[in-house]
Amino acid sequence: MCGIAGLYTKSPALAAGLGEHLSRMLEQLSFRGPDSAGVAFYRDPAPAGWCKVSLHSAAEHPGWDEVGASLALAFGEASVPQVRATHATFVIEADAAHAQAWLSEHHPELRLMSAGSSIEIYKEAGPPRDFIARFALEEMSGSHALGHTRMATESRVTTQHSHPFSTGLDLCLVHNGSLSNHNRLRRVLQREGIQFQTDNDSEVAAGYLTWRMREGATLEQALEGCLEDLDGFYTFAVGTADGFAVLRDPIACKPAVMAETDEWVAMASEYRAIAVLPGAEDATLWEPEPGRVYSWGTAPVT
Amino acid sequence: MAAPDATRDALESFDLAIDTVRELNRRLHDSTRAQRLRVLNPGGRHSIAVGLDGSHEIEIEGHVGYYCAGMNKLATIRVRGNCGVGVAENMMSGAVIVEGSASQSAGATARGGLLVIHGDASARCGISLKGADIVVRGSVGHMTGFMAQKGAVVVCEDAGEALGDSLYEARLYVRGSVASLGADCIEKELRAEHLEELRGLLARAEIDDVEPAEFRRFGSARQLYHFQVEHLGSY
Repeated sequence: MCGIAGLYTKSPALAAGLGEHLSRMLEQLSFRGPDSAGVAFYRDPAPAGWCKVSLHSAAEHPGWDEVGASLALAFGEASVPQVRATHATFVIEADAAHAQAWLSEHHPELRLMSAGSSIEIYKEAGPPRDFIARFALEEMSGSHALGHTRMATESRVTTQHSHPFSTGLDLCLVHNGSLSNHNRLRRVLQREGIQFQTDNDSEVAAGYLTWRMREGATLEQALEGCLEDLDGFYTFAVGTADGFAVLRDPIACKPAVMAETDEWVAMASEYRAIAVLPGAEDATLWEPEPGRVYSWGTAPVT
Repeated sequence: MAAPDATRDALESFDLAIDTVRELNRRLHDSTRAQRLRVLNPGGRHSIAVGLDGSHEIEIEGHVGYYCAGMNKLATIRVRGNCGVGVAENMMSGAVIVEGSASQSAGATARGGLLVIHGDASARCGISLKGADIVVRGSVGHMTGFMAQKGAVVVCEDAGEALGDSLYEARLYVRGSVASLGADCIEKELRAEHLEELRGLLARAEIDDVEPAEFRRFGSARQLYHFQVEHLGSY
């Protein structure tokens, strides 16, 4: 069992309080996932010609300032690190692919959590309430965000095994469920050049989406491919640069509720995580149908 | 515990924004007298008004989470909102009325009583039904009536895929379209006694805008559950 939350804002006032609202949603989902928690926030897009990366370090003293100085030396300019607990984000005057390649070569001790223009991923083992406080999530603004609380069923509880998983530039995946053909699919994807950090089943779903979109599929086509190629139970939420998408497996063992008002669109594993949002009592509510892709504000991803 | 007597309390409010679900349920379990209670601010909380054993009248003002009114006996529970998974699961008697829609497995394994859903019910409505009656004013999702043994499911609009899969002796009535029938479920003739049953169930559900004759009846072909080795080839 895990908990998923997604919140897409339609007004500046709600965008300013995005972190506070998503934190309240995650608290409601703590009982579905006490082992670890994670979020993807879409905020403060990098200027044209720049990219944004979020990195994780397991070291006690990660030396983020030195990382920033070395990035500035390599690429001309890089922002000062924005540090949150064990993570830091940098805005770099480079395209994301170059920045990623450079970081993996020169800072192999760091884990790349996300790359793109506006995405920032933060995730950590431990109870969701501790995560919310430690990463000061309530202060964060943004246009939209996804969150996840994990109850591990098939692999270890570590930062790397936590959700969201990056699936490409400005893209990420959170998953409630379990996949049964992930080992075989991981080997297929590895032969296609997709890299994995863990033995986690959800990371394979993320890798599958990355591979399909690399081969030219739109996000919607890649998600529809899951219905054929993934064996198991899943409710997925996928964050994109300007929205999010939701898919449930055809058997629909894992729950999902969606809601919309003039101010926001939300999805969550349970309604109680939506009930804490302003105006929830008057929201339009529905249960997403199994095997159907739902998306908000999502431009076709090529 | 002795059955509650007919004396009822005046309609009181119980606010879940102030007190807990456990306190609500304890109050209802401990009562020897039937209570009339209006529950405020349910906020999608789970297990509201479960395990009641007395002719209480409960009105819940808003959306509830999982297993609302589960194991209900004698009580009448009205939800002015939507329900999460498993509303009225294993109900024994009484009535549960949902003014909104219900999530998966509504009325699962229910043995008696009446469950009315005025909106839609999603997948596996009436799964393993054991004698209760379910009336859905809207549509139902896939695998409705899966392995249902006894009782009736009335669907006033459409049914999703695999209706009545592995059905035993429950009766399924659908007024709209059926996406597909599950294993061993077939359409059967709607006879006078079925029209009579439908008329009674619709009246008890206070649904008066549909006619019994507009429904089709589905039941078990009885090829699956009476397993006989000489029929192995046809399974």
